[in-house]
Amino acid sequence: MQDLGIRVLLEGNNMIRLLDGLWVTVRISLLAVVISIVMGILLGMVMTLKNPVTKALTRIYLEFIRIMPQLVLLFLIYFGAAKAFNIHISGELSAVIVFTLWGTAEMGDLVRGALISIPKHQYDSSAALGLTGIQIYRYIIIPQTLRRLIPLAINLVTRMIKTTSLIVLIGVVEVLKVGQQIIEASRYTAPSAALWIYGTVFFLYFIVCFPISKLSGKLEKRWQN
Amino acid sequence: MSKTDYLLEIKNLEKSFEGGTKVLKDFSFSVQTGEVVVILGPSGCGKSTLLRCINGLEPIQAGTILLDGQSITDGKTKWSQIRQKIGMVFQSYDLFPHMTVFENILLGPLKVQGRTREEAGIAGEKLLERVGLLEKKDAYPRQLSGGQKQRVAIVRALMMEPEIMLFDEVTAALDPEMVREVLDVILELARGGMTMLIVTHEMQFARAIADRILFLDEGQIVESAAPEDFFGHPETERAQRFLNIFQFEK
Repeated sequence: MQDLGIRVLLEGNNMIRLLDGLWVTVRISLLAVVISIVMGILLGMVMTLKNPVTKALTRIYLEFIRIMPQLVLLFLIYFGAAKAFNIHISGELSAVIVFTLWGTAEMGDLVRGALISIPKHQYDSSAALGLTGIQIYRYIIIPQTLRRLIPLAINLVTRMIKTTSLIVLIGVVEVLKVGQQIIEASRYTAPSAALWIYGTVFFLYFIVCFPISKLSGKLEKRWQN
Repeated sequence: MSKTDYLLEIKNLEKSFEGGTKVLKDFSFSVQTGEVVVILGPSGCGKSTLLRCINGLEPIQAGTILLDGQSITDGKTKWSQIRQKIGMVFQSYDLFPHMTVFENILLGPLKVQGRTREEAGIAGEKLLERVGLLEKKDAYPRQLSGGQKQRVAIVRALMMEPEIMLFDEVTAALDPEMVREVLDVILELARGGMTMLIVTHEMQFARAIADRILFLDEGQIVESAAPEDFFGHPETERAQRFLNIFQFEK
């Protein structure tokens, strides 16, 4: 009876459905990641300002997002906002909003950290050579910041992709949900399908995240100099 | 523009930090072309701040600084222009870690002065050769020892063909056995006629290299004398006390 499980995977258009589900996962992650990177860079720059007001506000935002489990945030936006303001936000949009809020906060903190880790002397010694402010950023500060930032940012991206599996719980049909549906549908005809389907889902996550984290490792090695 | 004998003139300079601590008080002195002035004094006396004011890394509150008889503190000339004439080397070497030695020393000539890679490259190789580091041309800073890094930092400043060099405690962060190789480079520059302002704690070196010693305390010049006079018979009690720190008796 063991062969029945793998049969379910290839039955009908199950594989296509899983890939469709994967596309939902990737689409939501991609959108959230792109917005988070842009907003996060801006946030990170704001966080390095000496202004006490921006300092306090960004701090509160970051701590709030960090303390809240992502699932609670998802519920808060999807169910809470709908009830309180009587607006309907689709599951997918809620997911993008939550993951952008989270990604922006984390990315902002990474950017802040990378920026302040550049020693003040780097500014002084490049200024002493006669470089202008813009040149100092272009040739000295930004290249060094990016080298510190990119491996960390990539790590954040894979974390975000993995965490999108939570959005099943607000009714978004992504790769994990499709898997569950397939398993449900063949519960009686192929009881061992769960292993095969979840195994496939695992593999799909792997092929999305592995190249990304591999890239991070590569860049880190190359920039060790 | 009035032509004077002095390459660098500082007149009535006042400098205080945020919060009001006065670092330099009504500070005036001049440096002739080719002169080597060593600035000594207890820590916190304002010697490093003085160097930083001269190339605009610290804003000043009052006074004038003239280079070649032209004011560099009236705001008419951009600091990025002026700094090309003033080479500065810092205590913590501060090479750019993401660039090779060669890229480090070529950055200024190519990007600031717009020189060609061929011409600046030849000049760069010559200078690296002079400090004995030509074979380290393609190394990254982290592959160098402290003394080697500091020699590269000196070359990087020299590449701009400055009229005056400022050295801010360039050996203070080095292991003792590496101090010599850096000081030798500076001594060679002095023989070549480079105008220099040197802040250091190496008394033997100061005595050997200086045309004039400037002893600072609490933001003011306490003594200005030839090295043999200053070290042989310092005039002020303050300078005597300072020099005693470096004497050991059992």
